[in-house]
Parts: sequence; C-alpha cells; structure tokens
Amino acid sequence: MPEIKTQDFSAASIAAINDPKLRRALDRVASGFEVARLDRVAEATPEVWEDWRQQARDIKEHTIEHLDYYLDLLYTNVTAAGGHLHFAKDADQANEIVAHIAQTRGVKVATKSKSMVSEELGLNPVLEAVGVEVWETDLGEYIIQLAEETPSHLVAPALHKSKEDVAELFSEKLGIPYDEDIYHMAATAREVLRDKFMEADLGISGANFIVAETGTLVIITNEGNGRLSTSAPRIHIGITGMEKVIPSMQDLSIFLRLLPQSATGQRITSYVSMITGPRRSDDEDGPEEFHLVLVDNGRSNMLADPALREALYCIRCGACLNICPIYARVGGHAYGWVYPGPIGAVVTPMLVGLKRAKELPQASSLCGACREVCPIKIDIPRMLLDLRKKTAESPDKNLRSAPRIERVLASLYVRLMSGPKLLGMAIRFGRLLQKTERIIPFFSPMTKDGKWIRKAPLPLLSRWTRSRDLPTLPKQTFHDIWNKELSRDDS
Amino acid sequence: MTQNANISADLYVTCVIDQLYPEVGVSVVKVLRRLGVTVGFPKEQTCCGQPVYNSGFSKDARTLAKRVLQQFRDSEYVVVPSGSCAATLRVFYLELFAEDPDLLVQAKALSAKTYEFSEFLVNVLKVEDASACGATHQGTVTYHPSCHLMRELGVKSEPKKLLSTVPGLEEKELAGAEICCGFGGTFSVKFPHISEGMVADKIANVQASGADTLVACDMSCLMNMAGALNRQGSDIKVRHLAQILDSESD
Repeated sequence: MPEIKTQDFSAASIAAINDPKLRRALDRVASGFEVARLDRVAEATPEVWEDWRQQARDIKEHTIEHLDYYLDLLYTNVTAAGGHLHFAKDADQANEIVAHIAQTRGVKVATKSKSMVSEELGLNPVLEAVGVEVWETDLGEYIIQLAEETPSHLVAPALHKSKEDVAELFSEKLGIPYDEDIYHMAATAREVLRDKFMEADLGISGANFIVAETGTLVIITNEGNGRLSTSAPRIHIGITGMEKVIPSMQDLSIFLRLLPQSATGQRITSYVSMITGPRRSDDEDGPEEFHLVLVDNGRSNMLADPALREALYCIRCGACLNICPIYARVGGHAYGWVYPGPIGAVVTPMLVGLKRAKELPQASSLCGACREVCPIKIDIPRMLLDLRKKTAESPDKNLRSAPRIERVLASLYVRLMSGPKLLGMAIRFGRLLQKTERIIPFFSPMTKDGKWIRKAPLPLLSRWTRSRDLPTLPKQTFHDIWNKELSRDDS
Repeated sequence: MTQNANISADLYVTCVIDQLYPEVGVSVVKVLRRLGVTVGFPKEQTCCGQPVYNSGFSKDARTLAKRVLQQFRDSEYVVVPSGSCAATLRVFYLELFAEDPDLLVQAKALSAKTYEFSEFLVNVLKVEDASACGATHQGTVTYHPSCHLMRELGVKSEPKKLLSTVPGLEEKELAGAEICCGFGGTFSVKFPHISEGMVADKIANVQASGADTLVACDMSCLMNMAGALNRQGSDIKVRHLAQILDSESD
C-alpha cells in the first residue's frame, strides 16, 4: 500500500490552506463540477433524480447484503467467458497476483487506465520492481505519474495542478518547450502514450462496475485510453474492490446515468466499455488473456459493521468532494491517503485503521451537504459520527483513541450541565473573570463596549478568537429573565 | 389574538441563547404569546447533549438527553429556537436510545412534538403572514439557512415565508447560502484554520449581499458569523428570526 500520512492531517491541512496555488485550483474546478451536476438534476427533474437515487441505493443495498452470492455468480460467469477471477485478501496479495502474471508472461511494458484501487494497492512500484515499465494513460494520472505525486480527487486526479504547473512539468520531464495551451499539452501526452499502447504487453484497468450475471467488467471514460489499454495488449488485468459487483445488465443502466451526471455533470461519458472475457476465436482483436482481481483489503471490516456497511455502496463519483466545504479548503492530499473528502474520511479509517486516521472523521462540521448530493444517498455524516463514537468509547482498544483530555472535558461538561444550579454558579464565576480582566488595563482582551472578547486567554477559546470575536457573558441568563419577568406574564 | 388559545408549548431555550443571547429567548416568548400560545419554561433544563454527542461520547450525551426526556415529558409541544438543538431532540435522540426500548418510547414521544421555532409558527400555528406576530422591519435582510435546520429537519421554506411577509422588510439574496458557515460545534476549535476559512467565505457573501442585517434560526451559527463580522469591523447586524418577528427588541 502507498505511504499512509493520515496522522498528519492537521499539519497537512494548514499547509494546504496556506498554499495560494492550491486555493485557486480548488476554487476553479470543484465548483464547476457541482454546477454541472445541478444542471443534470434540473434536467431530470428533482423528483426523477430522487427516484434514480433510491433505485441505485436499493440495488447496492441488495447486492452488498448478498455479496457472497453475487461474487459466486460472478466467478462462474467470468470463468465461463474464458477469464480468470482472483480474490486478494489484502494489498500484498493483489500486487503479488498481478506481478506473478506479468513475470510468468514476460511482460515488459504495461499501460494503465485509471484505477483508484491500484493506487490503494500501490501497484506501480511493485510492477516496476519486477522490471515492468508502467505507463498511466489517463491524462490526469499521467500528469501525476510524471510529477511523482498521488491523486488528489477521485475522478480528477490532477485537480490540484494548474495548466501552468502542467506546462512546467511537461517541459522539465519531456524536454519540450514550455507551452501552456491545453490542447497542445493533451496532444503531447497523446503522442507519448500512443507508442506505449502499441508496445504494451499488459493492459491494466480498474472497473466502475462488474456485472455478475454476465461476468462483464464495465469502465466509463472520456479519453479512449481505457479502451486502448484493455484491447491492444495481449493481456488485460482488471483490478477493483469486491464491492463493485452488481447483479445484472439491467441494473447497470441506472448507474451509467447517475455516475457521470454526479461526477462531472456529463449526461454520459464519451466511452462506455463492457468487457466480457478475452478475445473469442472469431474476434479480430482483443487480449488473449483476461484476469479480474477482486480486492478485499479491509472491505470485509466494513461489510461486518452494520453502521459502516453503506460505505461499500460508493461508486466513487466524487460529488461529495465537490460539495464539501472542508475538501474545498484543504484539497485531497491533506487527507493523507488515496481516498479524500467526506467518503474518504469514512473509508480511509476502515482501510488503514481508525487509530492512524482518527482525525479524519473529526474534520467535518457535519453540515450534511455530502449526503444531499450522493447519488446513492449514503449517509456520510452518520458514519462520521459512528467513527467518532468508536474513537471515543469503543470497547476495542484498537479503535478507542480519543485523547484523554477530551474524555475528561466531556465528563466535566456533563457534570456542569447536570442542573441549572451548578451551571448558574459557573456563569457567575465567568462574569467575575470578565470583570477582573477589564480592571487590568494592558491585559484587556475585550472590546471597549465590553460586548466582545478579542483574545480569549483560555486554551480552546483562544483558537476561536484567532480570527473571530467571542461574545461576553451578558448580565442575565434567560433563566434569570424568565424567573424575574417572563414567568408572570402567563396567567 | 385568540386563534391558538388552546395551544400550549414549552420552550427549550438552548444553551447559547440562555447564556449568551437571552434577548432572543425573550423575543421567542413574546412572539408565541402574541400568537396566543401559552408558553411554559421547564426550569431544570440545561444542555441537550449535542456537543458531547457530536464528539462521539454517546454515554455522556445520554446522561444529558435523559434529563431532557424527563423535563419535557408532559409538554404538549416543545419549541426550540435552533435547528441544531431541535435536530438533537427530534432526530439524534432516536439514534441515541435506539437500543433502549423504554427510553426509545420516550424519545419518540419527544421527537413527535418537537418543533423548531419557524416551523412551529408556519406548520402548527399556521401563520401565513408575519404581521400576525406584530412584525415590522425597516431595512434589508439576508437569510442564512443553517445546516441542521435544512438537512436534518428539512426546514427550508418556513423561515423564508415568514421573512417575506414582514412589512417593510426587503430581502437580499445570499450567494452560496446553503454552504456551511464553518461553526460545526467543537469543529470550530478543533480545526480553527479550516473553520475560519469557511466563515470568511460566508461573511464575504453576506457583505456582498448588500443587506444591513443577517438573519438565521440558529444563534450558534450566528455567533460564529457575528464574531467574524465584528472582527472585521463590519456594522452588519445579526439577528435571530424571532427578533425580526418580535420587532420590539431592535
């Protein structure tokens, strides 16, 4: 698996916020996707859209509840079509399977179409270690491969890069003159990659869906690279998570609409490729071998947990990233692993361990915008809350990792709120503190009118007053006013 | 006004209003009374438990929630001038007590009679026109729909309906209205660098709206936005919907 940096979320997010280039890139791109998505919702009408979401959710729920059955059916049908289905329990096993196929078949060059699961596995370095030259052929993935970076968005992996960044990168890595014209840059990438498609012995793809009843791998792309990667080389390996299986071709239709419309606002992607087994004897082209590697790598943990199971319904459209005000500020890399944004804050702790990624579920205002845009109606805020609960009070010590101080503060808070008497005393004490602070002139943290605290001297509140004023405690609480004046009005 | 003479409602005032903005509570009581509602105030009330619930300490949250269940057991209606706290009573308590059948019955009873202030006015009291509350407002107002109000309670049109019928009030559109203001309870102090960026975006939109007053149904979100506005020396006023409807408090 690639390096896990989830424990550095706070530091990484601060660095991201202070990066003006990232800010501009995030402002430009993510909001464009959301505007386009809203156009599609309006076009379908909100009622129909809602109906599609429910249908899609029902299919996912049904499949995940009967995952063993559908995986079994898939195995039967992939095999019947002449393909090979491999199950990998973790990243090492998946990488080993792919490396073994490459080595035993004398593979020298591999082209890849976009696959987030292969990012999750950290497949490229493993293949390179056994002497395979690996080429990312999705334009965004190609850019970040050249830059030796990781994706920062589920569908737009190089979202964090401006066209100027890419022009510089191409100039430096490909030894061509600096040219920030997007069409020219795309043409350059096409020229480089076209040769590789012809050279490659192995094509690697992800899968957006796998259809159990036919054993078909479905990928949707816009660049045509997916089709070239899966048809030109003599071997095709599809790699994906085991949750991507759906029962039937009929079920597929709803997802072919919902995924692109939620992801980029496109009615449908430029290419929809359905691949069933290797080439038949009467096919003119296509790979001689077809392998499908289905990865668990922690997904069973989600499956086993009713509170988090629906995270497996995710179709990786990225709509929740595009709407998320946190993602919009910190970008994808701050999340510290492959899957960023709201869904990443749920999935990552389940795949890399909650202890290491305990900050991710906390880094949310629980505003719920992600749930509103999710095409599968995944209740992300509830799952974030569940992960917080596990962090705070799970009996399992591998999960429970809230700082002791938080636990102490929570129980002190409950004690304080155990009745209005104690609370009233605390408030009176607070008012007293406010007064003393006004007496000491050069330590006065308040505005002249006494209504606002400019610089709170207490640990947590001082974080609030970094950029915001805090209201001071007024002379009376509502309890006081009720007792003195309001309660008598009712007769 | 007697059309609601048979309705009695108990006020769950919320911590933020009780301790920082008691004048908002006063406006809520006045508006409800003008509409003929008999208003009660169970005095033992404190916090609903949301801050600890949102931090994952559900046992602690249950301790506080049980107090609320107890105090409002006999209420006909519970009115909460906060979308967030109303969502806690109405939605989150059902999750908090999902595995305790006895308390779940009580939580369901509380849930069924709990209303956020604006929806109580529009959907229970059937207020069609804000002038029925005695509201007038000379000036321009922009409205921030708070997240829990919109997305946990589904209250979207009610506050707008009330504002649009206040005589003299001119509404200004708020760009990016449905984007979170960045408060998020403890989130605001756990990740201040993210939270303050969010509120900076929000108040930039508030200022761009051209309104002289910012209105919402949650004082905690308003405290966040007011704190940021004040730090920037803005003179935009910040009001709870109840204060606009009360009018006298200005």
